[in-house]
Amino acid sequence: MEERRAIVEIKNVNKIFGENHVVHDLDLTIYEGEFLTMLGPSGCGKTTILRMIGGFEEPSGGQILVEGERVEEKEPFERNVNTVFQSYALFPHMDIFNNVAYGLKMKKVKKEEISRRVKEMLALVQLNGFEKRYPSQLSGGQKQRVAIARALINRPKVLLLDEPLGALDLKLRKEMQLELKNLQKKLGITFVYVTHDQEEALAMSDRIAVMNQGYLDQLDTPEKVYEKPVTRFVADFIGESNIFEATMSEITGNTASIGLEVGYALGLAEEGVTYAPSEMVYACVRPEKVLFSQETIEGFNIKGVVREQIYVGNIIKSNVIIANGQTVKISRLDIDEVPKVGERINLYWNSDDVVIMKSRGYQIRSVIENASLGGN
Amino acid sequence: MKKNYKARNKTIPLLTTVSPVAVWLILLVAAPLLYVLFLSFLSTDGYNVVFRFTFDNYKNLINPTYMEIYANSFLIAFFTTLICILAGYPFAYHMALAGKKKKAVMMVMLMVPFWTNSLIRLNGWKTILGKTGFVNTLLLNLEMIHEPVEILYTRGAVLLGMVYTLIPYMILPLFASIDKLDRSLLEASNDLGANKVKTFLHVTLPLTFAGIFSGSIMIFIPSLGYFFVSDIMGGGKSQLIGNLIETQFKAANNWPLGASLSMMLIFLILIMVTVYKKSGGNMEDLGVM
Repeated sequence: MEERRAIVEIKNVNKIFGENHVVHDLDLTIYEGEFLTMLGPSGCGKTTILRMIGGFEEPSGGQILVEGERVEEKEPFERNVNTVFQSYALFPHMDIFNNVAYGLKMKKVKKEEISRRVKEMLALVQLNGFEKRYPSQLSGGQKQRVAIARALINRPKVLLLDEPLGALDLKLRKEMQLELKNLQKKLGITFVYVTHDQEEALAMSDRIAVMNQGYLDQLDTPEKVYEKPVTRFVADFIGESNIFEATMSEITGNTASIGLEVGYALGLAEEGVTYAPSEMVYACVRPEKVLFSQETIEGFNIKGVVREQIYVGNIIKSNVIIANGQTVKISRLDIDEVPKVGERINLYWNSDDVVIMKSRGYQIRSVIENASLGGN
Repeated sequence: MKKNYKARNKTIPLLTTVSPVAVWLILLVAAPLLYVLFLSFLSTDGYNVVFRFTFDNYKNLINPTYMEIYANSFLIAFFTTLICILAGYPFAYHMALAGKKKKAVMMVMLMVPFWTNSLIRLNGWKTILGKTGFVNTLLLNLEMIHEPVEILYTRGAVLLGMVYTLIPYMILPLFASIDKLDRSLLEASNDLGANKVKTFLHVTLPLTFAGIFSGSIMIFIPSLGYFFVSDIMGGGKSQLIGNLIETQFKAANNWPLGASLSMMLIFLILIMVTVYKKSGGNMEDLGVM
């Protein structure tokens, strides 16, 4: 893999608002030219992190480096970073030209150069000829483009985007996603993008940082985050999953035999990960990876009854109730491939389609053990 | 078949909903104004109003003695407005950006004196500024002066009284317009290269101009007419348009002239609002419509 240069380094950053610990011990390196998305439900701290990089909040502890330089106490305009705000934050009393030119005017750039660069920027976001209009005369998507042009005209090394497409309707949002991704590729600058929309994150990002209650749960490529979630939260938040509480019973080679609350199954044991005997784990299987059969399958024993079928356009979903009352979701592209309602079936899967995750209980236990060993 | 839809009679529901407002407007706003307008075209026989149509009252407005009063009045009104803007803006800005609790405290501090009778409050200033008042006593005891100085009964005292009485009218619309300001606009400006001062000049100030203008109208016009302030703080030495109107109605018994002076002030408000509207101002921002 090629050597990548870090552009933003977040080192052990914490943020506390009053009694709320919003960001916990965050370590995150953002590389030059990448599209990094911070993904998480509202209140997970993702916007706070963005605001700390942008300079609108000061971290309660830790360091933030942009281009190798510490910036925690610098003003927003003293860092080579610009922000596209959630509500666009266009100046309502200025026309589009002056909105886009604002950054250059503040830097006292020459008039001819300002008008040349504004023109360039408006062309880049396909708003040629909009110079004389006012923000109130533009549609949501157009305002969004102006906001992007206004931030990009300062030639930042990093562009921060705070849920920029949140206010747009679905169709426009999909278009803008592609456009933003293409823009980022074309300009080659780093985009740090905040969203709570997992589909958006999967579609646009080079890497996704999944945030959960102020903790960074996983930082990886979209494929890895979807295929190999490392925590139950990630598995649950991104896409749909069936999560079973399980215990590790036997590992032969790379196949693990796991005991479920009702029945047993096979899974893939990650290389290099050791498990205690009967260790509690979560086993996560995506609905499209759940297989079913009338016959019993070697190594598996999960029986269930098909309760309902849901048609959602491009896929068919089927809910199967197993003995402990848990609903197992199955999805298929074709109506003929899902089991019929009322049918009794055996569930199974390919052992490499299941992800085995250590449960938080294990983590808590190890924290307690480490603390007591540390003699603190 | 003949269609048998009856148009519902809407007269009565319409009357019952609209008439209370209409009656209120006619009785309390239109009628008094029209009466003053009517009065301003009548004459007087020295004691009573005589029903003889004339333009003389308006001609009499232009008169050297009055000119001096107008000039004095406008000077005081101008400086009152200016001081109210300069002193009121920081207060309103601070209040708008403060936390919930602090905001409430500041609002109470502003409103409680506002609800107290202004005559009492103005007379309170006498005990502070008078020859034997607090300020003079303090300065004498500190030996910074050797005999009491005249602070009360000066133009400065009138100005102080005006600002003191009228400043809530500036702070409230200012607060409303600053409070409405989207904070992310300030952050965006800060992000794009403007420091606090530049952000204030390029974003905050232009976007709160309506508040300044609205407050200015609410202060400029009353400060031309608040005769009691000039009576108490100026000892009747400095005459304002308000004193002039009061005199016409109470002492000189020349109601028509008083009415024409009043019409002049109303006309002035109309000019100011028209200028605001013509220069692209939004009437809604003034909080009057």
